[in-house]
Order: sequence, then C-alpha cells, then structure tokens
Amino acid sequence: MKLIYFAWVRERIGKAEEVVDLPAGLETVSDLLGWLRERGEEYENALQHPEVIRVAINQEHVAHGEKIAGANEIALFPPMTGG
Amino acid sequence: MPAITPHIRIQTADFDVGEEIAGLSRGRKDIGAVVTFTGLCRDEAGKLSALELEHYPGMAEAAIQRIAGEACTRWPLQGVTVIHRYGRMEPGDNIVLVATASTHRQAAFEAATFIMDFLKSRAPFWKKEHRADGSQGDWVEAREADEAALSAWGK
Repeated sequence: MKLIYFAWVRERIGKAEEVVDLPAGLETVSDLLGWLRERGEEYENALQHPEVIRVAINQEHVAHGEKIAGANEIALFPPMTGG
Repeated sequence: MPAITPHIRIQTADFDVGEEIAGLSRGRKDIGAVVTFTGLCRDEAGKLSALELEHYPGMAEAAIQRIAGEACTRWPLQGVTVIHRYGRMEPGDNIVLVATASTHRQAAFEAATFIMDFLKSRAPFWKKEHRADGSQGDWVEAREADEAALSAWGK
C-alpha cells in the first residue's frame, strides 16, 4: 500500500510517501489512522487530531468511514486551502 | 447545446488574464458574457514575503475537472478556463484564474462563484507562508466560511 502525505502532515511525519504492509483487520480509513499513530512519535504528532485529517483513496476525497480495500494509493493531508 | 470541455491547467508559470479571456471568445459570435476571477498573493500588511503552494499532482487536475464539469451541468456555459499555479508566489503574483463564458451574465457570474467556492476546499492545494522577517511561517488554515459556502450550493 502506497501512502502519500502533504503539507504539515508530510512535514510532521518527515517523509512525502512510503510503501507499507498493512496488518490484517484494518478495514476503514479510521482504522488506518489509528494504526499509523502507533508507528512512532512523528506519526502520533501528525495525526493526534485525526478528525482534521483529510483522506483521498486513489485520488478521490473520502470520509473516514470509507473502506480501504482495493486502495492502491492513500493520501493524508490537512484541510485544503486552494484558490 | 453541445457539451463543452473545460480547459484546466495546473502550472508553475504565470498566466496572462487578457490572453485567457481572448482565448475564450476568439472567433465566437454567440458569447454574451465572460466573467473572470483572479486570485492574487497578498502581503498581509507587509508580514508576508511569499506563499509556497503545494499540490497533489493528478488529483488536483481531476478535482478541478470535476468541479468545472459540475458547473457545466448546472449552467448553460460556452466556455470554462481554470488555471491554478503551484510553487513559490510573491505578493502581487497571480495564483488562480477562473473564467466562464455564457450567453448571459448571470450564468457566467454564478458558475465562476461556484467553481471558486469548491476549488477553495475541494481541490488539493495547500499554502505555506514565508514571513518578511525571515522567520518560519505557518500553513494557511482552512476557513469555516469556505466550508459554509459549499453547503449554500446544496451539496
């Protein structure tokens, strides 16, 4: 599974992207965020308020309840500030 | 009315607003209104030296294409151009352009507003401040008013 990070999520985690092996039992975006937070201090720091984290699966913006099965690329980022 | 294809560009280079307007209406005799919105980098009363715009390549184009396509289904448009820059922008520089063409002004105004409202919080761009005093700047925070603007469009 490819994970991509943007803006302050990228800065706090300290990398722009990584490939990870997800353990069995992770079903939703929320499960993924919970698992990532246990990977180290930098992840805990980036994801300490998971409700503000926006998520895209295969470049489509999704809610935290979305299932992650079938995802090739999951991106995590702060609320978007375009325009 | 034949479906139109919105012109979307995500680029580091600047754009010429006049040239983009001309491009929408050149050779056409059926367009009655062109509305443009240009978003500029501002200096926040002298506090900012630049903004660094980060984007999600691929998703940025797709998201703006979807937003512009939605505008085309809601209003009778004859042309849409959206250009969003990324990279480093200094105060006074262009950041974004939305141009809409229609037979009458109301559709062009409303469609341009709709596209900007969605672009602010649904297109994957983020702005980081560079301060004039050289200190580390913050990431620009999303405004609740922008999210509220989306609700006003009924979705």
